[in-house]
Amino acid sequence: MEKRVTFKGIWLPLLLVLPQLVVTAVFFFYPAGQAIWQSLFIPDPFGLSMKFVGLGNFEYLLSNSYYRASFVTTAVFSTLVTLVSMGVALYLAVLADRLIKGSGIYRTLLIWPYAVAPAVAGVLWLFMFNTRVGVVTWYLGLLGYDWNHVLNGNEAMGLVVVASAWGRISYNFLFFLAGLQAIPRSVIEAAAIDGARFWTRFRTIVWPLLSPTTFFLLVVNIVYAFFETFGVIHTITGGGPQQATTILVYKVYSDGFVGQDLGSSAAQSVILLFIVGLLTVVQFRFIERRVHY
Amino acid sequence: MTARDPLAAATPPVKSGRTPAPGMVERRGSGYWLTHLGLIIGLLFVFFPIWLAFVASTVSQPEIVRPPMPLLPGDRFFDNYRKALVSGINAPVALMMLNSLIMAMGITLGKIAISLLSAFAIVYFRFPLRRVFFWLIFLTLMLPVEVRIVPTYEVVAGFGMLNSYSGLIFPLIASATATFLFRQFFMTVPDELAEAARVDGARPMRFFWDILLPMSRTNIAALFVILFIYGWNQYLWPLLITTDPSMNTIVMGIKQMFPAGDDTADWPVIMATSILAMIPPVIVVISMQKLFIRGLVDSEK
Repeated sequence: MEKRVTFKGIWLPLLLVLPQLVVTAVFFFYPAGQAIWQSLFIPDPFGLSMKFVGLGNFEYLLSNSYYRASFVTTAVFSTLVTLVSMGVALYLAVLADRLIKGSGIYRTLLIWPYAVAPAVAGVLWLFMFNTRVGVVTWYLGLLGYDWNHVLNGNEAMGLVVVASAWGRISYNFLFFLAGLQAIPRSVIEAAAIDGARFWTRFRTIVWPLLSPTTFFLLVVNIVYAFFETFGVIHTITGGGPQQATTILVYKVYSDGFVGQDLGSSAAQSVILLFIVGLLTVVQFRFIERRVHY
Repeated sequence: MTARDPLAAATPPVKSGRTPAPGMVERRGSGYWLTHLGLIIGLLFVFFPIWLAFVASTVSQPEIVRPPMPLLPGDRFFDNYRKALVSGINAPVALMMLNSLIMAMGITLGKIAISLLSAFAIVYFRFPLRRVFFWLIFLTLMLPVEVRIVPTYEVVAGFGMLNSYSGLIFPLIASATATFLFRQFFMTVPDELAEAARVDGARPMRFFWDILLPMSRTNIAALFVILFIYGWNQYLWPLLITTDPSMNTIVMGIKQMFPAGDDTADWPVIMATSILAMIPPVIVVISMQKLFIRGLVDSEK
């Protein structure tokens, strides 16, 4: 796409792109290049010099059981966050779509969590499930269940999943509702006249027609679970217990800043970069071809 | 901060004010009430954590540490919020909110400004390396700040920008979503406008100020809502570069209010801070709902 009508001049447009170019070069390309460069080195034990190891950091990482465990953790975490959040959002959107009036009020209320920062969402859920003062913990205790996410890795995972999915409901709800409202009424009514009940209509008409929205949200939510849930994990579990909730992004942080292992952290950054690229390609593919049945 | 093309929304949210077509699909009756019931259960799930935080911010510490805490607000609202705002724990929360506001506005306005200019240049001029610049900027769509934190930290430290507003703001401006968005919008502006401006002898910047900018008003506003929330809710970056409590932002400052070790946290003050941290973005989202939804469609940031 090109504009037919353009202005003349060379220096003015260069001047106009300059601010963005400078910011991008200094705070984006240089650090990204550094990450790739550093991933090829390891510091000596005293941190005085860097030793070139080629792909040694990557080999080490991929053979490291903690790193591989972190991959599995990330896969489980992002799958669960995506499913829970999209499931709840779809359920609410289907209900809201049934209303002729009043869906606006529900929408206004349901977009609240979007505004709540992941880190704040983490603190809210931590408070409810706190092992000493948490309300939910206390009521679970009444039921005879001893909740302790500080010691139990599965409970820790469950808590960070729910807190992360909670913050994402708004976004998914808005897109699902829009997708549902874009389905022509006449199609659904025709099915209803033919005697199809709600569940049949949903399965055979609504769900297939909703598939572009669903695939779009699938990719977006996976990206969210990968990269934007750091705040939730840092506030609730700090990656524990025994690294049960250490997702890849958290590991970049904990190895790089807490463990000061720059080479490894940089190599992890590069691997993440690769994953982002892959997800982007997948997304472009889906968006271009849309998904139709 | 995501890897997606912001304009690639599969299905844009359409306006919810669909003309009611009361056919045989929507009937009143038991199904109608069950629909409301289902939605209300969903709302409870969404609001319970927020409600509980609000209740905790209005009661005293002993009421919380002896569970179960009450489920209805107490009478300590003003005490707790005053304590949080004025003294806080490491730094007054009022100060942290100011820091958050400066960071969020800096990111929002900075990003909009540089993106408008570069999108204008890329769309309305033919200059050497134009394509190269476009792709360089486009590449930044792919790499969230979380992925390059260590080297970015070193750059910022090298400039002596730790514990400064510019250190908080600049690295988060370095991404191209907004540029992409404005480029896309400028492409839809009729050529006749630029043509007319040129015939009238208007200089490029005059066209930009008098025609293009007013036309982009809605896009700018929609982007403002999304970027403000994005900026306000930043966590990892401020956590890394603000070691001085007086530079903490509110969202990252909450975690710092928890004591190390086994001491009991000051829950009423922490929860009051949590509520204060969510008020500005909630107000922005609710009061500018239409723009917000439009912004979501245009870009996810």
